[in-house]
Amino acid sequence: MASYPRLRAVLMRVAQSVPVVVGVVVISFLLTRALPGDPAAYFAGAAADEASIEQVRVALGLDKPLIQQFFIYSADLLRGDLGRSVSSGQPVAADLAKRLPASLELTLTALLLSCGIAIPLGILAATKPGSWIDHICRLLVTAGVSLPTFFTGILLIYFFYYLLGIAPSPLGRLDFIYLDPEHVTGFYLIDAALAGDWETWSGAAKQLILPAVTLALFTLAPIARMTRAAMLTALSSDFIRTARAAGLSSGMVLFGYAFRNAMLPVVTTLGMVFSFALGANVLVEKVFAWPGIGSYAVEALVVSDYAAVQGFVLIMALLFVLLNLIIDLLYTAIDPRIGFAAK
Amino acid sequence: MTDIPATGSPKSSGSLDHMLYVLRDNPVTLLAFILFALILLSAVFGPALVPYDPLQTDAAKALQPPSWDHWFGTDNVGRDVFSRVIAATRLDLTISIAAVALSFVAGSVLGSIAGYWGGWLDILLNRILDTIMAFPLFVLAMGIVAALGNSVENIIYATAIINVPFYARLVRAEVNIRREAGFARAAKLSGNSDVQVLALHIFPNALPPMMVQVSLNLGWAILNAAGLSFIGLGVRPPAPEWGIMVAEGANFIVSGEWWMAVFPGLWLMIAVFTFNLLGDGLRDIVDPRKRT
Amino acid sequence: MLSVKDLAVTFRTRRGPVDAVRGVSFDVGRGEILGIVGESGSGKSVTSYALMRILDAGGSIRAGEAVYSGIDLHSASEKDMRDIRGREISMIFQNPRAALNPIRKVGHQIADVLRQHARATRHDARAKAIAALEAVRINDAEARCEAYPFELSGGMCQRIVIAIALACDPQLLIADEPTTGLDITTQKAVMDLVRDLIRERGMSSILITHDLGMAAQYCDRILVMKDGAIVEQGLPLDIFSNPQHPYTRKLVDATPRDGESIRSLLPAEDRRPEPARRILDRPLLEVRDLTKTYQGKSGPVQAVRGISFSVLQGESVGLVGESGCGKSTTSEILVRLLDPTSGKILFDGRDLAEVPAPAFGRDPRRGDIQMVFQDATDSLNPRHTARQSIAEPLRRLGERLRGAALAARIEELAGLVGLPLALLERFPHQLSGGQKARVGIARAIALDPKFLILDEPTAALDVSIQAVVLNLLVDLRAKLGMSYLFVSHDLHVVRLLCDRVVVMKAGEIVEQGPTQAVMENPQHPYTRTLLSAAPTPPLRRAVA
Repeated sequence: MASYPRLRAVLMRVAQSVPVVVGVVVISFLLTRALPGDPAAYFAGAAADEASIEQVRVALGLDKPLIQQFFIYSADLLRGDLGRSVSSGQPVAADLAKRLPASLELTLTALLLSCGIAIPLGILAATKPGSWIDHICRLLVTAGVSLPTFFTGILLIYFFYYLLGIAPSPLGRLDFIYLDPEHVTGFYLIDAALAGDWETWSGAAKQLILPAVTLALFTLAPIARMTRAAMLTALSSDFIRTARAAGLSSGMVLFGYAFRNAMLPVVTTLGMVFSFALGANVLVEKVFAWPGIGSYAVEALVVSDYAAVQGFVLIMALLFVLLNLIIDLLYTAIDPRIGFAAK
Repeated sequence: MTDIPATGSPKSSGSLDHMLYVLRDNPVTLLAFILFALILLSAVFGPALVPYDPLQTDAAKALQPPSWDHWFGTDNVGRDVFSRVIAATRLDLTISIAAVALSFVAGSVLGSIAGYWGGWLDILLNRILDTIMAFPLFVLAMGIVAALGNSVENIIYATAIINVPFYARLVRAEVNIRREAGFARAAKLSGNSDVQVLALHIFPNALPPMMVQVSLNLGWAILNAAGLSFIGLGVRPPAPEWGIMVAEGANFIVSGEWWMAVFPGLWLMIAVFTFNLLGDGLRDIVDPRKRT
Repeated sequence: MLSVKDLAVTFRTRRGPVDAVRGVSFDVGRGEILGIVGESGSGKSVTSYALMRILDAGGSIRAGEAVYSGIDLHSASEKDMRDIRGREISMIFQNPRAALNPIRKVGHQIADVLRQHARATRHDARAKAIAALEAVRINDAEARCEAYPFELSGGMCQRIVIAIALACDPQLLIADEPTTGLDITTQKAVMDLVRDLIRERGMSSILITHDLGMAAQYCDRILVMKDGAIVEQGLPLDIFSNPQHPYTRKLVDATPRDGESIRSLLPAEDRRPEPARRILDRPLLEVRDLTKTYQGKSGPVQAVRGISFSVLQGESVGLVGESGCGKSTTSEILVRLLDPTSGKILFDGRDLAEVPAPAFGRDPRRGDIQMVFQDATDSLNPRHTARQSIAEPLRRLGERLRGAALAARIEELAGLVGLPLALLERFPHQLSGGQKARVGIARAIALDPKFLILDEPTAALDVSIQAVVLNLLVDLRAKLGMSYLFVSHDLHVVRLLCDRVVVMKAGEIVEQGPTQAVMENPQHPYTRTLLSAAPTPPLRRAVA
């Protein structure tokens, strides 16, 4: 009986995603139809004359009115057809599918890393205000949001590869002396572990460290800042006072009561952090020559490969919508007040 | 009168007095303001005062490390890195200030309307904001600049568009909180129309929390513009801009010529850092509750 | 059982150390209920926080000792204190819903405390939690155990807080303003429950409150605190009939009580005769069949269901009721911030409801009906000085004053409300509660309104300040010939100020009539409930 309003809230949240997805599709369609350069001319080749360019244009469907093009585009989407890449000649969907695991592995590793550091740091800073941990936390936060991702990546390469020689050359996921592990998930770390191939595993891990750390540094700051702020707010709440007055141990008060309540705004922040991370991903992939969808998009932009760019923007957005949905559902699971007349 | 008098100065401080007080009271804010002044000066006077022409190439002097002649060294076509770094301040600052100003105005207006009158305007605005925010913002900026064309103007528009949701949401929330406050109702009793209450009473009180957002945004807009030029969108060579310079320098850092990438990157960091520190100071200046 | 000697508490603030408690000594006997009464800033809450050693980060016990059953609470280790808290000494606070963890079931919160003090194991925790809920007289305890705080009413939440406090059978219960924020009838229920449970279990208790009347009703002995020190202690009857200290006398005077006049709220030396007032026979305001229906989440909500009453010219009418009765909605409609769903509001014969609320700002009658708001902090624009706040209506309505004429009128108003001219340049956060109330009143009377709606104008003020403000309102109505609609939950204040009273419940008027008649001879059962729930301080014998 109590779960019905919650279930309704969950369903409503899922339903809310639908108009957003539609909006995303519309915007990404519009954006790339506005790309400079005439794709028909590009396809037809340098030596083509007006007539053949026009032929290509009709073949590509570019002569039809915009609305019609949009419907054709949507129909194709539903079939999973994202068009064909001009530069690679492959279907864009296939290109993206091949490169997506690389980006995901990078982003997820980075996020795990930064949460693992930022959340404990934020908690410690909140429980010991004014201590050296607190100062480090605040310094990190202020400096962290100032760091340009591409610059930190370059600096790290300079220090650890050129000066110290510890890191491997920043040329992608795996040094050429190793063979790609058998494809199960596309995540090299998981695949190599599954195959028991620890040499390849350590090779992949070594390549992953610097780009993951670069990305993690970027996301560290907002997570630490929000954790600290949320913990401070929770710790000064009335119900913590009640808990302490009732004699509950500091461990119980801190983790059982304060932390869980503080996690609510932190989970919400994670959505924003994901947005930044997916964007910074593009930069990190360029710096480290990481073969993910970010570098795919940058290369495609340079040659006006509009199907590829369109596919990239769309996939990124859909990924983001999915992530936000998961986060909101997570939030609903933690906070029992959702679905009722929210305070 | 048996009231207990509150602590307070006999006369309230004027605006300038208050600003000086905030600066004196908080050394970090003072530092931020000094740095900001320096950055502003570089942007305005820099290009006129730098020792070398930022665009002047000299193949003979290419790839020289920092020296007394060239404080930051020279790049691969012999241009003085120091002059380019200082000259780049103008471009980056222009982009970020213009973009933030645009999104501040647009976001404030939209957010105020949605927060005050609610109804279908609110729902519509939320849908639009949701759609904008459904894109990872940098990716959206990439898409917009790619679509509209590779120019500085379009970077400004793209950055402005992706920033609007932050302001709109913030203003909407702040206006919503204050809509039913006593002083808003009192303002109506004093004969103010809805628009007057919103513009003259509610919105000015929403400014202090927005100040922090504005300066954080300035920093972020600079990072954004630099990031876009790093991947080749927006500003094009040979214009001096921190992002492009880091991109060009990145090619050489693996062979040890670090100065081409490091100095522009460092300056970028300092600028963004300054704006972040500035946020709290700005809020203290604008918030009347901080006046003793 | 508890013996406090020379307790002193200091806070480190940005402006230097602040002595919140200065050498306080008292005893609490076994089975005794001790009341600590004081206004804001008196140090009464800080004392109890110090005893429990739950002071804020900047506070510390500077000196003194507090001996409980042979243990000095000041020097006990944190581990020992944790054992004592909840098991020997418990505390309940104001604002019960905020005092509970919003995302944890209430049953679990009780179980946490039981298991912390080893009074229950994982297996029997739930059963014992249910037992604890039944002990505070909650029906359907088993179902309530699984509820979250947001699903429960304020009174129910306070019961849960009490259940948590009493779960481990402590010897001493400290109650810090436990009824603030609750309706009068709920207040009575909660206080009766606390008193019954304390007596049943032979516990001692310290009741901290600003309400001298409530303290007199429930406590065996009373301490009066001011500025961190105890100024007087004694039996309730003695304190009321023969206060020794001038501050106690002021507090006792300021506590509204039956059979006294409004002037008796003030200290004797400030009492001037009540000014003469004329009530004409013609109605200024006539409300006819006013209704207001909202569209709620689960269907329409009728906030006001067809009420009718009138206010004569020069008359003061009180509007009383508990939260949710519709009195706030009614006053918002009357002052034209809100439109009614149906009904007439005849002001000087013409229907105000004809002009919709958003357009009323330009109606020439706007200046005739004004309002004094409840929370002066909230009702003054934080960015405007007092002068600017008062100037606002003068600049926009009526003659639209400017320059010297504006300044002169503002100073005249400041004089009328007793606000020192120097304070006009201050911002709201630089003013005290009473000063802010005066600014709010000055703004409301700036245009010489005929009708003033006062929405609980003194609810947030200390009792002594309330006395001054109420008397000010009495002076003003005589001087300016205004009619009042005084919305309040405090029946004693209404009795002192109003000629007639209207009682509302669930959107309807259940009773109305001359104040004296309604209060002494209530016809409706709800009115009777309200009257019996209000704490009654003992009457004073005439001072010799």
